[in-house]
Amino acid sequence: MNLHEYQAKELLRRHGVNSPAGRLARSAEEAAEAARDIGGDRWVVKAQIHAGLRQDAGGVQLCDTPEAVAEAAAGLLGRRLVTPQTGAKGKLVRSVYVEQAVSYDREIYLATLIDRSAGRVAIIAAREGGNDIEARLAAAPDEMLSLVVDPVDGVQESAAAALAGQLGLDGAAADQAVALMKALNKAFQDFDASLIEINPLVVTAEGQLLALDVKMVLDDNAQFRHPDLANLRDEEEVDPAELEARDYNLNYVRLEGNIGVMGNGAGLALATVDLLKEHGGEPADFMDIRPEATRAQVTHGFKLLLRNPEVRAILVNIYGGGILRCDTVAEGIAAACKEEGLRVPLIVRAAGTNGELARKILMSQGIPVTFAQSLGQAAAKVVEAAGRKAA
Amino acid sequence: MAILIDSDTKVICQGFTGAQATYHMERAIAYGTKVVGGVVPGKGGRGHLGLPVFDTVAEAREATGATASAVFVPPRNAADAIIESIDAGMELLVCVTERIPVLDMVRVKQRLESSNTRLIGPNSQGIMIPGRCKIGVMPAHLERPGKVGIASRSASLTSEVIEQISTYRLGQSTSIGIGGDPVHGMGFVDCLKLFFEDPDTECVVLLGEIGGSDEEEAAAYLSANPAPKPVVAYVAGLHAPTERRMGHAGTVNVFGQGDAAAKIDALRAAGVTIATSAAEIGLTVRQAARA
Repeated sequence: MNLHEYQAKELLRRHGVNSPAGRLARSAEEAAEAARDIGGDRWVVKAQIHAGLRQDAGGVQLCDTPEAVAEAAAGLLGRRLVTPQTGAKGKLVRSVYVEQAVSYDREIYLATLIDRSAGRVAIIAAREGGNDIEARLAAAPDEMLSLVVDPVDGVQESAAAALAGQLGLDGAAADQAVALMKALNKAFQDFDASLIEINPLVVTAEGQLLALDVKMVLDDNAQFRHPDLANLRDEEEVDPAELEARDYNLNYVRLEGNIGVMGNGAGLALATVDLLKEHGGEPADFMDIRPEATRAQVTHGFKLLLRNPEVRAILVNIYGGGILRCDTVAEGIAAACKEEGLRVPLIVRAAGTNGELARKILMSQGIPVTFAQSLGQAAAKVVEAAGRKAA
Repeated sequence: MAILIDSDTKVICQGFTGAQATYHMERAIAYGTKVVGGVVPGKGGRGHLGLPVFDTVAEAREATGATASAVFVPPRNAADAIIESIDAGMELLVCVTERIPVLDMVRVKQRLESSNTRLIGPNSQGIMIPGRCKIGVMPAHLERPGKVGIASRSASLTSEVIEQISTYRLGQSTSIGIGGDPVHGMGFVDCLKLFFEDPDTECVVLLGEIGGSDEEEAAAYLSANPAPKPVVAYVAGLHAPTERRMGHAGTVNVFGQGDAAAKIDALRAAGVTIATSAAEIGLTVRQAARA
């Protein structure tokens, strides 16, 4: 579950991680009022969307008066902000965070995440933060500092102090950094996070460490332990079709092409998407149905493909096995076609458990299907069908 | 000979009486797996599928001599079930449970490191020795005994590859699903070591995907220890959009790591034969196995 910046800052404040004074606003008037209430003489107005790299897109604006804050908020609210992480359609700005502007001497990068190869929580850091951090660290991996956290003992004082030193911090700032690393690990554990990223963490002129921007992701698999955090989920940030898919236990991601894809298992679905690209096709989505999928769930999933106006052809690639049977999938597809109408070519590759029965079901229901014998053949056929339809 | 299990390995099932466990354990028994009982706290003393049920793994191990356990316990209790088995000294655990909180797996990982237990999974389809035995949820239809060892992060892709290599009349020595979760037990490197030592395996196939570092670790291992047998790899997700979750918790690009192209480059540089197209994995294996 992705959190907004303001939500992440509020959660971290409970653990003693400081950030500039700020407040959420949903209108220009609220924004001006927030600026007056939090005080100061300069403010930053920040679009609250689930995507990074907002600054260059105009999503972060510096203002000198409450009136300017209102104006900036009015300009952002209701607008679709396009950043390199939002996709071409951008994301609708529905709220802004108004924050006291702070002047600072340095920008640091500090994050807590799961180090998969170690199977541990790790703190990673870099002396210089900023928007281009990923590219910089990719070019100079040696600049990435890290500290693996012991699952029992937590963040070791000496290791944290050494990391603070490597970040070029000393005196009170170093002590704050050590406390901050401990607090981040504690927050990571307490909230069942999978990522907490402070970028930048700034050192103010007074020597105080402040989290200027925070990105936080919570582990969906652990949400049963945190009913109190459920209301932080902002469903309006999610594509409505993806939200509907989740209700039917389907894993669905909208992409920008014209070939609808349904497969079972993430690996096979990813491989299918890759294969379409190799054949010059553009997938419209990634849809993975779960092994325990019911006929009704398949029907709902297939309807999502049928309703996507971009779709010019559909590929179903099912490998039946375990508790997933191809005939269940075929019945679900047939029901969706009956209800919604099939207006594009449908290519089906059904292999494994009851694959032959699936073909019979689709044929007996009078669904116009082209069957493919192999993955390669299926991909070639659907790319050809999508191209022909578009031409 | 196969790796990790064989037809005489005694197996128990944790969460034995659940619907999924019942379905898959019945099939495992029919396949030839020597299932000797199950563990369900509070249901000790009962029977299920004609086998005894115990309250704890320690009791089950004591009474049956089981050395392996199939873990079908729901996500919120799965980590504790795994740790119970580690403490009871089980040698091999196969955990099929999906959606275990990642911090629970961090706790499990630490306990594993100070034990002699091997864990396959979680979120694994299991392990299968064709024609002899299987633990997990893998389907049985096209597999056949043979010389190809498969280690995979994806169940459905494994079925696809078994079908493809079957058209070349190639079978498998052992097929292992290491699972798709960010923190898991055995990795590709562990599988490679076992397959290299196994006289019945002549060629190894690694089926990877974006996210995680199993492929990079396999590449680093093979660079330092040249493979004594041909190794073929396929990595799914070359065209997956970044920053999006594709399927399960193990497939998200964090920090540029886990990029499919980087994994492929690393494996190729380590001498691994890369199947560049999902439709041609079988053909690539055929060519590598023949070489």
